[in-house]
Amino acid sequence: MHPDLPALQIVVPLLSAPVCVLLRRPRLAWAVAMAATWFAFGNSIVILRHVLATGPISYALGGFPVPYGIELSIDSLNALVLVIVTGISAIVLIGSPRSLEREVPTERHYLVYTAYLLCMTGLLGMTITGDAFNIFVFLEISSLSSYSLISMGRTRRAVTSAFQYLVMGTIGGTFILLGIGLLYMVTGTLNLADMSQRLAMTGANRTVLVSLAFIVAGTSIKLAVFPLHIWLPNAYTFAPAIVTAFLAATATKVAFYILARFVYGVYGVQLAFGELRLDAVLLPLALLAMFVASTVAIFQRDVKRMLAYSSVAQVGYMLLGMSLANVDGLTGGIVHLFNHALIKSGLFLVMAVVLLSVGSTRLDDMRGLGRKLPLTMAAFVLGGLGLIGVPGTAGFVSKWYLILGALEDGLWPVAVLTLLSSLLAVVYVWRVIEVAYFQERPADAPEPEPAPASLLVPAWALLGASVWFGVFTSYSAGVAREAAEMLLGGGR
Amino acid sequence: MSSIPPGVILILGSLLVPLLRGKLRQAWMLALPILSWLHLIGLPEGNLIELDLFGYALNPVRIDGLSLVWGHVFHIAAFVSVLYALHVKDLGQHVSGLMYAGAAIGAVFAGDLITLFVFWELTAISSVFLVWASRTERSYRAGMRYLVIQVGSGVILLAGILLRVNAGDGLAFDHIADAISLADLPSLLIFIAFGIKAAFPLLHNWLHDSYPEATPTGAVFLSAFTTKLAIYALARGFAGADCLIWIGATMTAFPIFYAVIENDLRRVLSYSLNNQLGFMVVGIGIGTHLSLNGTAAHAFAHILYKGLLFMSMGAVLHRTGTCKGSELGGLYKSMPITTVFCTIGAASISAFPLFSGFVSKSLIIAATAETGHTFVFLILLFASAGVFHHSGIKIPYFAFFAHDSGRRVKEAPLNMLLAMGILSALCIGIGCFPGPLYAILPYPLEHPFHAYTTMHVVTQLQLLIFSALAFTVLMRTGIYPPEKMAINLDTDWTYRRLLPGVWTVSARVVSGVWGAVLAGGVSCAVRGLRGVYRLHGPEGVFARTWRTGNIVLAAAMVLGGYLVLYFWE
Repeated sequence: MHPDLPALQIVVPLLSAPVCVLLRRPRLAWAVAMAATWFAFGNSIVILRHVLATGPISYALGGFPVPYGIELSIDSLNALVLVIVTGISAIVLIGSPRSLEREVPTERHYLVYTAYLLCMTGLLGMTITGDAFNIFVFLEISSLSSYSLISMGRTRRAVTSAFQYLVMGTIGGTFILLGIGLLYMVTGTLNLADMSQRLAMTGANRTVLVSLAFIVAGTSIKLAVFPLHIWLPNAYTFAPAIVTAFLAATATKVAFYILARFVYGVYGVQLAFGELRLDAVLLPLALLAMFVASTVAIFQRDVKRMLAYSSVAQVGYMLLGMSLANVDGLTGGIVHLFNHALIKSGLFLVMAVVLLSVGSTRLDDMRGLGRKLPLTMAAFVLGGLGLIGVPGTAGFVSKWYLILGALEDGLWPVAVLTLLSSLLAVVYVWRVIEVAYFQERPADAPEPEPAPASLLVPAWALLGASVWFGVFTSYSAGVAREAAEMLLGGGR
Repeated sequence: MSSIPPGVILILGSLLVPLLRGKLRQAWMLALPILSWLHLIGLPEGNLIELDLFGYALNPVRIDGLSLVWGHVFHIAAFVSVLYALHVKDLGQHVSGLMYAGAAIGAVFAGDLITLFVFWELTAISSVFLVWASRTERSYRAGMRYLVIQVGSGVILLAGILLRVNAGDGLAFDHIADAISLADLPSLLIFIAFGIKAAFPLLHNWLHDSYPEATPTGAVFLSAFTTKLAIYALARGFAGADCLIWIGATMTAFPIFYAVIENDLRRVLSYSLNNQLGFMVVGIGIGTHLSLNGTAAHAFAHILYKGLLFMSMGAVLHRTGTCKGSELGGLYKSMPITTVFCTIGAASISAFPLFSGFVSKSLIIAATAETGHTFVFLILLFASAGVFHHSGIKIPYFAFFAHDSGRRVKEAPLNMLLAMGILSALCIGIGCFPGPLYAILPYPLEHPFHAYTTMHVVTQLQLLIFSALAFTVLMRTGIYPPEKMAINLDTDWTYRRLLPGVWTVSARVVSGVWGAVLAGGVSCAVRGLRGVYRLHGPEGVFARTWRTGNIVLAAAMVLGGYLVLYFWE
C-alpha cells in the first residue's frame, strides 16, 4: 500500500468538489464525481485489507509528529465504516443523472454533485481522523452540504425540512464542540488516543461527566436517536431520491461510529458503562425507538416516509448493540450498521425507481405494481425480508448477534422484545407487498414507465449484497467482531 | 452431487416452472420429484455437509433411518400431488406446491436447528399461496390467519433455539428433552413450536380453518407435509416425553365429535387428519422402538391414504363445485372410479385388515398394550371406531351414495384418476405386503413385528364388525330407495346420541365460552389498537412534524436528563 493513501481518501473527493463547480455541465460534473467516489471506494478497500493484514495505520498529516499534529488513524472499525460510506456513495451515484432529471432542474445538477462530494468528504474525514477538533470540522462540512442536498428536493417542504435539520444539526454540532472543548480543558490534548490515556489517569471528575453528556446528546441528534429523530423523517421524505439513498446509508452510520469511538475509544467501557451507567439511558431509548418508530412506520401512507421511520427503528437496534457493551452485542450493533446501510440504501433506490416510473411513492399509487414493475418490486421484497431479519438475509445476522448479546447479559426480556419488534417490521413490509401484489391497479391509473436500468442495477447490487452478507459473514460480522473486540479491549 | 441438500432441487426447480410452457412444463413438474428422489437415494447416510455460521457447525443434510422414511414418503406425496394438480392452469399454485414440498423435504433432512428453522418458515410461506389460490375473501382471511400462526410457530422455534444456544447446548438437532417442564424454557418453546405445527389440542384451529379453504389440489399438498413434518420433528426431538401420550390420546378422541357434526366433507377430513396425528403423537410419547417405528410407519401410510381421501373429495369439488355433505350424494353413478378410490382410502384410514392403515396403526396400538398403558389403549380403540365412523362411512356415504342429489357430472380428469390410482395401489399393496414398509423403519426390533396375528385381526374386526356389516349393507343397497338407507343413517344417529351426545354438548359449551373469551380479547385488542393509532398514526404525536422549537426543547431535555443523571451518580 502506498503510504499516502489515507490522506488521498479525503483529499481526492475534497478537491473534486470545486472541479464540479468549475465544469458546470451536468454530465461532466457527474463523471468527475463518479471518478472521485469510485477512487475513494477502491482506496478504502485497499486500506481495509491493509488494516486487516497488518494492524492499525497512523498517518501524520503534513509530517507534524503525533500528538501535536493532526493524525489520521485507521483501525478495523473505521476502515469498515470507510468502505461502507464510499461504497454506498459510489453505487448510489451510478443512477443519479436519471433520477435527478425528474426532481432537480438541470442547471443545478452540478450543485448536487458538488454537495454530494463535499458531504462524502466530511463523512470520510470524521471517520478517518484521530483528532477531536477535526471531527467537529468535518462534521460541519458534511452537515452543511447535506442541508443543501436536502433542500434541493422538488417540493417546497424540502426547504423547511432542510431548515429544521439545519437547526437541529447545528445544535448537535455545538453540543459536540462543547463536549470536545470540555475534554480539552481536562486533558490538554485533542488527539483521541492521547485523550483516552490522560482520561484514564484523571478519572471521572465533573467536567468529564458534563463532556460525556454533551457528546452523547450531540451525536444522538445526528444519529436520530429517539426522541431526537424528528428531523429525520421529513428530511428523508422530501430530499431528492438519490440523496435519501445516500444519506440514509451514510450520515447516521458515521454518527453512530463517532458515538462508539467516543464512548468506547475515549471514555472507555469502565468509565462510560461502569461508573456512568450510560446503558441505563441508551437501552430504554433504543427499545423505545424500535417499537415507537416501527409502529409509526406501520401507519404511514407514503412508502418513502415509512422507510424513514423504519430507519429510526433500525438506529434503535444499533444503539441496543452499543448499550449492551459486550462483544456479541457490540458486534451486532456494528454489523447492523453495515447491513442496514446496504438494505436501506437499496430500498431507497427502489423508491427512486418507483418515483420515476409512477411519479409518487404513496402507498395508494403503488397498487398492483408487482405485475407492472416485477423486478423493482421483487427488489423491494428482498430488502423488506432483510429489514424483518429473515434468515438468509443480512438482517438476520445482525439480530442474531444482538439477541445473543442480550442473553449474555441475562437480559432475556430485551431479547424477546427484539424478536417482537421484528414482527412490526413484518407488518409494515407486508402492507407494501399486499398493495403491490394483491391489489389490482386502478383502471384510471397511468401506465408506469419502465424501470431505468441505471437505478435498478445498483438497487439489485446493494440488496443482492445484503443477501450475500447474510450467508457469508466473514467480511461483515468477522470484521465487526474484530472491531468490537478492539473497542472493548481498551480503545485504540 | 452430494453437496446439494435434498429438497433444494425441488425448490430451485420450482423457480424454473414459470419459464416453461405447455407439455414441457408438465413434464418438468413431474420429473422434479423423481429427480429429487433419485438424488436422495444416491446419497450415503450420515452428515454430508459441514458449514460454519457464527462459529457454530451447521449440518444442513443429515441422512439416517428416521429422516429417510419421511424423505421417501414426502417424495411420493410430491409426485402424486403434482400429478393430481397437473391440469391446473394457475402457475402460482404449481410453483408454491413444489417449493412447499421441497421445503418440507429439506426440513426433514436438517441436521441442525437453524436449517430446520429456515425450512420450517419456508413451508409456511410457500404453502399459504395454496390457500390464497382459491381467490375468495374467505380463503384470503383464512390464509392470513394460517400464515400468522405458522410464522409465529417459527418465531417461537427461533426463540427456543436462541435460548438453547445461549445455554450452551449448541445447534445440533437431536434428542432435545425427555420431559417437558416449565423450568426448561428452551425445550418448552421448541416443543410449543412443534406442537403448533402438529396441531396439538387447543393449538389446532389453524388446520380446520385453512385446509378446507384451499383449492382442491392445494388441500392435497397441504394434507401431506406440514403436520407430518411436525410429527417428524417431535419424533426426533421429544421421543419418550410422557406428556405426549396424553396429548396424543386427546388428539385422537376429541376431533371425532367435531367431525361427526361437520357438514363440509373436506373439513371432516381435516378433523380426521388431526385424529390420525394423535396416534402418531402417542407413538412418540411411548418412545419404545416399537412405538417409534409405529409412528414412522403410520406417518408413511397416513400421508398416502389421507392424500387419497383429499384427492377424492377434491375431484368431487372440482366436478360439482361443492363439498357439502348435504348437497352431494349419488355421485357413484357418474364418478364410479373415484368412488372406488375413495372407498379404498376410507378402508385404509379405518384400518381394515389388508389395507395400509391396519399394518401401521397396529404397531402403535401394540406398543401401548405392551407398555401397559391400558387406559390410552382403550382411548385409541375408541378413536379407531370413531375414525371408521366419520371417515370410513361418512365421507364415501354422503358424497357418493346417500340421497341422490341428482347431480350428473363427468368422471374426474385422467391425471386425477392416475394419481388416485397410484395411491390406491400403494394403500392396498402396503396392507397386503407390509414387509417392505417394515424394512425401512428406523429402529431395530428384538422380535420382528407381525401385523397379521390372530389377536390384531380379531381386535380390529371386533371393532369394525357391526359397522362393517352396515358398511356392506350400504354398499349393496346404495341404489335402493331412501327408506333402506335410513337404516344406515339411524346407525349414524345412534352413534351420535349414544356416546358423543354429552361430548357434543360440552364441546359446544366449551367452544361458546372460548368464543366469548375470544370476542372479549378482540374488543380489547381493537381498543388497544385505537390507542396505538392515536399515538402513532399519521396525525399522532410520534408521527407529526414537530415545531422546530419543540424539537430543540426535546434536545435540551435529553441533555438535561443526562446531566441530572450524572449529577446524582
